[in-house]
Amino acid sequence: MAKIIVVTSGKGGVGKTTSAAAIATGLALRGNKTVVIDFDVGLRNLDLIMGCERRVVYDLVNVIQGEAGLNQALIRDKRVDNLHILPASQTRDKDALNLEGVEKVLDTLSKDFDYILCDSPAGIERGAQLAMYFADEAIVVTNPEVSSVRDSDRILGLLASKTRRAERGEEAIKEHLLVTRYNPARVDSGDMLNLDDIREILAINLIGLIPESEAVLRASNQGVPVTHDADSDAGQAYTDTVARLIGEEVPLRFHLYEKRSLLSRMFGGGRR
Amino acid sequence: MKLLEFLKRERKKSASVAKERLQIIVAHQRTQRGQPDYMPMLEKELLEVIRRYVQVDDDAINISLDSEDNCSVLELNVTLPRA
Repeated sequence: MAKIIVVTSGKGGVGKTTSAAAIATGLALRGNKTVVIDFDVGLRNLDLIMGCERRVVYDLVNVIQGEAGLNQALIRDKRVDNLHILPASQTRDKDALNLEGVEKVLDTLSKDFDYILCDSPAGIERGAQLAMYFADEAIVVTNPEVSSVRDSDRILGLLASKTRRAERGEEAIKEHLLVTRYNPARVDSGDMLNLDDIREILAINLIGLIPESEAVLRASNQGVPVTHDADSDAGQAYTDTVARLIGEEVPLRFHLYEKRSLLSRMFGGGRR
Repeated sequence: MKLLEFLKRERKKSASVAKERLQIIVAHQRTQRGQPDYMPMLEKELLEVIRRYVQVDDDAINISLDSEDNCSVLELNVTLPRA
């Protein structure tokens, strides 16, 4: 039985797809059979971030509508053995997905995989609710910024009421906070919400902190999930996050501001 | 002297303003969690009815739904202005 994890946020542009791709890659690199599903029907992007956009033939909607088999739609990742991608449809609207269809796809995948990551669309509408409905765990991606934190709280409300576990009165979905685009220098100067404030407001378990990093844009430019950039701060932060997700205890990194001396600024090279 | 005061005055950091605003809005959001979808509409319409008789502010009405063993209690508090 696979563990189903939804990557969600409410607000758009906070790093859901980047995080889903990076975490799926990290899980597969550690030997877990992993599939990452794009639920953003009509606005698919996971394929671009994973670098497989030219290999998309069939998608989630084709599978649900019975136009293609699951194995025809699954794309095998070129870099990591245990990793598969199930892309979203580019053309159809969000009504193309339905609860029964999604359940069938997840049930089938569940037999073959250890982890199923659902990359949720932004918003709190049907697409987002379908992505979270069958989840066992949720990664709530949050930026240190007011609208993102507020929307994350809204999503926590939905996770606690509009999901299968909630409706059946089963054990609640395990909620994890993933703070992304964190800039310790701006936190230090008092112009960015700090980690403790976000944790205090949302009151859920912290699974990881990803610093604002040039490596993230570089990774998406190249279509290589940032986890592969093992020298980068963001890559390492995602690797730490994956380790925590599978139950290891890893100390937090990249959350403190290191004041750099003039000399290191002149000779220490740029930010990674 | 004025200039000195101006320079010494500590500008309130924007992050702490953000935190205060969030704490209020999130606390408000959480009171609405788990409520039926019709509650905001019900609140609005009740307010309209009350206003036919008494002029009250938007925040003078407080509505909540509590579940007990086998029934739900709709509680409505309206602060009326002094006549």
